[in-house]
Amino acid sequence: MTVVFKRPESLLDVPFHYCPGCHHGIIHRLVAEIIDELGVRENTIGVAPVGCSVLAYDYFNVDMLEAAHGRAPAVATGVKRVHPDSVVFTYQGDGDLAAIGCAEIIHAAARGENFTTIFVNNAIYGMTGGQMAPTTLIDQVTTTSPYGRSLQNTGHPIHVCELLSTIESAVYVARVAVNNPANMTKAKAAIKTAFQHQLNGDGFAIVEVLSTCPTNWGMAPLKANKWLEDNMMKVFPLGVYKSLEVKKDVK
Amino acid sequence: MAEKVLMKGNEAIGEAAVVAGCRHYFGYPITPQTELTEYMSRRMPQVDGTFLQAESEIAAINMVYGASGAGARVMTSSSSPGISLKMEGISYAAGAQLPCVIVNMMRGGPGLGSIQPSQSDYFQATKGGGHGDYRLIVLAPNSVQELVDMTILAFDLADEYRNPVMILGDGALGQMMEPIVFPVIDKKPIEKPWAAVGMKKRKTPNIINSLFLKPEKLEEHNQVLQANYKKITAEQVRFEKVLTDDADLILVAYGITSRIARTAIDIVRSEGYKVGLFRPISLWPFPSAPLQELGQSAKAFLTLELSAGQLVEDVKLAVNGVRPVHFYGRTGGMIMSPKEVAEQIKKVLSFEGGK
Ligand SMILES: Cc1ncc(C[n+]2csc(CCOP(=O)(O)OP(=O)(O)O)c2C)c(N)n1
Ligand code: SF4
Repeated sequence: MTVVFKRPESLLDVPFHYCPGCHHGIIHRLVAEIIDELGVRENTIGVAPVGCSVLAYDYFNVDMLEAAHGRAPAVATGVKRVHPDSVVFTYQGDGDLAAIGCAEIIHAAARGENFTTIFVNNAIYGMTGGQMAPTTLIDQVTTTSPYGRSLQNTGHPIHVCELLSTIESAVYVARVAVNNPANMTKAKAAIKTAFQHQLNGDGFAIVEVLSTCPTNWGMAPLKANKWLEDNMMKVFPLGVYKSLEVKKDVK
Repeated sequence: MAEKVLMKGNEAIGEAAVVAGCRHYFGYPITPQTELTEYMSRRMPQVDGTFLQAESEIAAINMVYGASGAGARVMTSSSSPGISLKMEGISYAAGAQLPCVIVNMMRGGPGLGSIQPSQSDYFQATKGGGHGDYRLIVLAPNSVQELVDMTILAFDLADEYRNPVMILGDGALGQMMEPIVFPVIDKKPIEKPWAAVGMKKRKTPNIINSLFLKPEKLEEHNQVLQANYKKITAEQVRFEKVLTDDADLILVAYGITSRIARTAIDIVRSEGYKVGLFRPISLWPFPSAPLQELGQSAKAFLTLELSAGQLVEDVKLAVNGVRPVHFYGRTGGMIMSPKEVAEQIKKVLSFEGGK
């Protein structure tokens, strides 16, 4: 009998703690499938964030480090400088990456650090119970923007891909979603491209994945998916923001 | 045999790290330790190592966390305000049991303070600074040669106990030039089977982590840390005693202050005062027992520091009320002179009796 579908080897056989309808689980799986397909599992070192995916190290079947809130890019920099031939990735939420760790991601990109960042944007702080994130949409209600995020008070959401694509040493910057099978396929292709850039030694690559947080958005999973399509995708358009083909002379 | 060279304290630390096998340095400039950062930027590429000027001290210490977690001998350095920023990462490194060496060449505070020498980060270094129940091994050299020897020792202790080690110096030590000898090291680096290096053929992943969501597990982890601290306390207490046998008064001082104290002792001894010096070398673990023992022969203690009084609390705890503990300190980057200390000695002795 031929096996047509199975758990990726890069994913441990343990149930996720994520809420029903949350996209973190899908994104984990895509990352694991890519690590399998590239055959690099035994040479991969992951860095987990602080946020709902804080336990990512319990799920990936690779060596991992747990980083302080926002510091994953600095931790990954340390790892990669020690093992330049390993495959290093960070997995970060929007609070982690765009708020407290904003400097770390910008400077890792600016240095052209040769690792891959998976950036999960759900427009809210999931783990701490639904507070406003730098990616929260204008008028979006959260527990710390109970009247809706006010432009006057807190400004515009941060567009991470647009921002990082202005950085010369970032070689691949893409925003994807996993709201339907077609987009999942595209997301997987983008994640694969990002890892391939690392294998080529090209420099920094990031894939932003738009994601739902049904629990803190206060929506059933399908409605959350719809809200992502109707609202988030307008503010955070999908697409490849930057893609450099050629290997640069980094080192 | 290795020859004598004349070197500045900050640079000597850098070369000592190279001798110790450190090949990864992450830092951020701040006076009065910048020569170390600059030295590493020249030296690391020559030994196929990494020098990286981070975007902040926060990033630097987290790079250290990553490099240490990946099994490397790694160092960072800074001065007081920068060390405050590193405290987040230091707590995480202690929590995840990561060996690394952190140099603090203290300057005056609080806040931006000054760039002059100080010892006012003693509490921060020895009592925590970051959150949680953790300890750093804290070594306090008092010469450029000791900066070298203790930097090398620091890497060994860090690896042996899987704990961050801090070299606590001050601006004066970092700027001072003295003749030194670099020892030749032939020790093999210890194995780190716990490091995150990629699984290779290993069956289960290695995880570097300080998160334990279950209270039972976190308490268990804290007990592991505390047991390690207990072991360190039993095995790594370091101190020096000078002319203490017949002393009525014991000066207690570390680092640069201990050298000033030593000169002051010569001054007052020539006048017939019986004064000795107790110098804690490991500030944590603090040499409480040997200090307490001196309370049996001496009449009193005088703690000298470049701070408003921090070390003095540990001296009082050690002496435990058996003898009076006096204090003299300067702050703001002011360095006490041996003459000034001699006057303090006479003042205390005229009060406590002696000579
Ligand atoms: C230094 C620090 N500040 C704050 C927190 C609390 N905290 C934990 S998770 C989190 C938000 C995470 O949100 P995000 O990165 O968007 O990830 P999500 O949970 O939405 O997946 C915060 C603020 C922390 N752990 N550490
Ligand atoms: S709180 Fe939100 S982000 Fe976190 S697991 Fe639940 S749905 Fe996902």
